[in-house]
Amino acid sequence: MQAESLGFIFINAAIVNNFVLAYFLGICPVLGVSGKLNTALPMGLATMLVMLISSLCAFAINIILSNFDIEFLRLIAFIAVIASAVQLVEMSMKKFSPNLFRALGIFLPLITTNCAILGLALFQTAKEYDFLQSLFYSLGAGTGFTLAIVLMAGLREKLDLVDVPSVSRGAAMSLMLAGILSLSFMGFTGLGVTY
Amino acid sequence: MTSRNKDAQITMDDFLVGIWRENPVFVMLLGMCPVLAVTNSVVNSLAMGLATTFVLLGSSTLVSLLRNFIPKEVRIATYIIIIATFVTVVDYVIQAISLDLYNALGAFIQLIVVNCIILGRAESYASKNSMLKTFINSLGMGLGFCIALLCLGAVRELLGAGSLLGHPIFGPGFEPWVIMILPPGGFFVLGCWLLLFSWFKQSREHKNQHKTTAEVANHAG
Amino acid sequence: MNSSTSSTRLISTLGLVAAFSGFLIVFVFQSTKPRIDENKRIAIENAVFKVVPAGAITQRSYVLTDERLQTHGQGEDIYAAYDKNNQLIGIALSGAAQGYAGIINLLYGYNPRCECITGFKVIKMTETPGLGDKIIKDPAFLSNFQALEAKLNNDKNALNNEIVTVYHGKKTHPWQIDAISGATISSRAVGKAINTSARQVLPQLFSQLPSITQLDGKYDKQE
Repeated sequence: MQAESLGFIFINAAIVNNFVLAYFLGICPVLGVSGKLNTALPMGLATMLVMLISSLCAFAINIILSNFDIEFLRLIAFIAVIASAVQLVEMSMKKFSPNLFRALGIFLPLITTNCAILGLALFQTAKEYDFLQSLFYSLGAGTGFTLAIVLMAGLREKLDLVDVPSVSRGAAMSLMLAGILSLSFMGFTGLGVTY
Repeated sequence: MTSRNKDAQITMDDFLVGIWRENPVFVMLLGMCPVLAVTNSVVNSLAMGLATTFVLLGSSTLVSLLRNFIPKEVRIATYIIIIATFVTVVDYVIQAISLDLYNALGAFIQLIVVNCIILGRAESYASKNSMLKTFINSLGMGLGFCIALLCLGAVRELLGAGSLLGHPIFGPGFEPWVIMILPPGGFFVLGCWLLLFSWFKQSREHKNQHKTTAEVANHAG
Repeated sequence: MNSSTSSTRLISTLGLVAAFSGFLIVFVFQSTKPRIDENKRIAIENAVFKVVPAGAITQRSYVLTDERLQTHGQGEDIYAAYDKNNQLIGIALSGAAQGYAGIINLLYGYNPRCECITGFKVIKMTETPGLGDKIIKDPAFLSNFQALEAKLNNDKNALNNEIVTVYHGKKTHPWQIDAISGATISSRAVGKAINTSARQVLPQLFSQLPSITQLDGKYDKQE
């Protein structure tokens, strides 16, 4: 199996196969939170932090599970770790930045149901990455998620001020927007492939 | 006494509400991730819809059964354990039925566990209603979800591969719109469906508005 | 009325639910395991028969561990195919390489008698439909793999000529692959996947092949 370089893994996860725009993971918060730019960025960073923690724990869990041959408990173990990581980030944010905590409100615990985090853990298991590769993969995925959510927020802020048919206001427009973004990101295919 | 009777009554509305008025995908915009990811063909959409419905039915019924025994403090954790269990079960069952289908759906079967619909239903409905009422409601929700997935899957497969359920519909001269089975296609098709729904809702509201103004005019006159 | 529940109540609820869930999962896992293993075996068999020369009836899986062929263990998977006379007619090996849009995993067939590759089948790929997926549809490209040379050198420790993909129309030797014009990177990925695997596995396999050329009843009794 070909070894992918760490830089390639990072770029791949962040841009070429962006978790939101190519794999459809993490759409719910992107559509729900990205109304304003100043909530989108902290949301993206909080998610990235949870991704990092969960990814490293998932790596450790996989080693333990395969040692004891109880792989069927993988899903429950992953989701338990993610829920705990979110709780951890929530508590530290409450302590260090209460304004942000209040601004994000209900969306912070909802990071638990963010498909991107569980998806990250499952993908890295399927690709059988080692520790460093998992680290860069989760950093790349988090960066990609933050990139997508910030881009969407910026675009939606502008669109709020524009004259569009009332039928399309809201979710329909956001999805069309996401489609165009996804299309443009497709242009990055083949980035980093060296022959 | 009367309120208890009202709660225990199971109406057709409990079933239908999940299909139209509170359709999880088109109205409540929940569970988006699988909707966009696996709807590139009809057979994948159907399989995903059925798997999600199974998990929804199983977990919400169990939560409803145990609703008086689960302490408030640990309810989310318990719901998640129950949901994750059913998802693991469906994961192994699909592998046993067809490996090809399993590979086509990929990791999205296991991602059913973070599908907002299921946790949302457990928290807002199953924990407060009787087992039978919950079962009927979840059945409706699951059906609504399947219908939404099929709407997307049918359009995407028809335009993106020129076939339905693997059978070619247009002749060999048809040049498929490949974009439809790629990620941007998913976004566009769902956006179009939502546009359609929103237009339909708006025109109904206009009709109702006209009706009420006419009635008021009649009463006044 | 108590507004907070005792810790024992909380823990016992969680414990009970966890126990029930564990029981259900283990039950389903055990009941579906035979069926799943059978499905996997059939999938491998179908894939192997598609890439080895025609006439294969039986398939056996081996593992190449420390330059020895065994039935179980960690190492390179070797899939052997036998005809109706229980003679080895081909083996299948797996390879992988970075394509245009992602990793391409494939299975390729090798005929030890002619020392050539006899075909390949993509197991998993994410190439763009209509462009990169031509590698599984283009008949001219696929004809490269009917007798692609993979001879070993005289010392039997490396391939005599590395398998390379050349630009469309530039093929001059039997160990070259003619790329699809307009899908060069995907074509190169196929060549690289096969070459990376062949150059490493085939020399190691050479000395071990006689032990599996004839299928006899000893397969199940090997450890």
